[in-house]
Amino acid sequence: MNRRAFLTAGVSVGLAGPAMAAGAGEACAPMRGTGDLGLIIERATGSVLIVDVGAHKTLSRIEGLGDLSHATAVFGPSERYAYVFGRDGGLTKVDMLACRIEKRVIQAGNAIGGAISDDGALIVASNYTPGGIKVFDANDLGELASVPAIGANGKPSKTVGLVDLPGRRFAYALYDADEIWIADFSAGMSPALTKFTNVGRLPYDANVTSDARHYLAGLFGEDGFAHVDLWADKPEVTRVVSGYNAGREKLPIYKMPHLEGWGQSGSTLVLPAAGQHEVLLLNLETMREEARIPAHSQPVFCVARPDGREVWINFAHPHNNTVQVLDVFTRKIVHTFQPGPAVLHLEFTPRGHEVWISVRDADRIDIYDVRTRTKKAEIAGVKPSGIFFTARAHRLGA
Amino acid sequence: MARRLEIALAVGIVSLMAAGASQAGDRAAELTALVREDCGSCHGMTLKGGLGAPLLPADLAEKDASSLAAIILDGVPGTPMPPWRGLVSEADARWIAEHLKQGFPQ
Ligand code: HEC
Repeated sequence: MNRRAFLTAGVSVGLAGPAMAAGAGEACAPMRGTGDLGLIIERATGSVLIVDVGAHKTLSRIEGLGDLSHATAVFGPSERYAYVFGRDGGLTKVDMLACRIEKRVIQAGNAIGGAISDDGALIVASNYTPGGIKVFDANDLGELASVPAIGANGKPSKTVGLVDLPGRRFAYALYDADEIWIADFSAGMSPALTKFTNVGRLPYDANVTSDARHYLAGLFGEDGFAHVDLWADKPEVTRVVSGYNAGREKLPIYKMPHLEGWGQSGSTLVLPAAGQHEVLLLNLETMREEARIPAHSQPVFCVARPDGREVWINFAHPHNNTVQVLDVFTRKIVHTFQPGPAVLHLEFTPRGHEVWISVRDADRIDIYDVRTRTKKAEIAGVKPSGIFFTARAHRLGA
Repeated sequence: MARRLEIALAVGIVSLMAAGASQAGDRAAELTALVREDCGSCHGMTLKGGLGAPLLPADLAEKDASSLAAIILDGVPGTPMPPWRGLVSEADARWIAEHLKQGFPQ
């Protein structure tokens, strides 16, 4: 797109032109389904875009969501309501059909993410200040429970890597206490807690495989991952893919890697190395490292194409203008390209025909055809970061 | 702008900057964006803290600018705070440290 066209697009977002009648409760589409809607975080302005994924169009821009740096979103099972977790502890329920904020609460001083229970009834937020998790009623955001994260070291901890598990359970890691906890709310709002201690130093993020079997927490204080097999009768923690920095200089990490949206490809999991310009391949059947693939820089997100064959990777500052495509089958990087300055996030359409890429410092979201790897459209957004499509509503652990 | 920052960082123009905590307008704007956006990924865009410590004036009152500048250049080993030497000059680090203590520009 030429510069003038870009500026025009930018302006129309800024002014919320008639095509994007914002706010005030009017329906942004008279009658429609929600399966091809998406929500895009505009991190600096505390706003979100509601987008029509099929039409490549912004339907509405909703403001007033607070500090959205590092914000994430989950969707209720009807794919109508999005729950947005902001950095400032704000939890906002957005009605994506009416294009308005349904309810907003400030639930903590400083938050990092959230999850929704398998039955769609409980919204759980993961917090930095104070640490721990809080549980809210998905309807009215009334607080139902607060579970502090005091580790065996007696200190309150930041909680990271929160995921939902079947049966109204949630798993998360305690960054300051080197622990992993599972909170089970199936019997009520005083959860049964299962705690794993000494899982490894400074777990910084975690995720669970789509079968709810393997929970893996990335460790920052050592080079490896803490693994829990949740299918085991008596789950325990083992260390996997460890020692990848051994005998090599640990390179500085200018942005923490993320395990959200990680690259699961059949029985292979593609993980970002912390401190090496590499991705690490873990075999989920043997739980052994299969390969290390050199990459452009420090990986941040390794996101699998929905069929799993490819994993698309973005990178940390100062090399964050680049995306690489790994063919997991041949274990080769098959494509490297530069969408633009500060690529923050990638989201595939549910069946993988397109990938949407947020290019923060160009104030746009680029839409690529996944087969041809060419750009087919773009959407203007102010400092866009996370992109979330409603199909996540029906994915476990997402 | 941010693209220019990256280029500037990559070719090390920054090392040519005059010493001391004053920065030409352009560089100040680049550093402001760097701190809000890229330090912000760990410290929060409003610098209220995240995985990294809060960096608001009240949090840094007890610490002098030169030791903060040293942390920025050399990081805190054993924690995620990385060394920024090579990406920011000593003058840049000093400028950032002093402005963090005063209340960082938007
Ligand atoms: C990858 C995450 C990360 C990034 C990016 C990051 N920091 Fe940090 N920073 C931390 C952590 C974690 C600490 C706390 C270290 C400790 O436990 O002592 C910290 C500590 C600090 C401190 C010391 C605070 C104190 O009270 O002693 C300063 C100053 C600081 N960072 C400045 C910066 C600046 C400026 C940038 C950007 C140029 C930056 N940081 C980028 C993670 C990060």
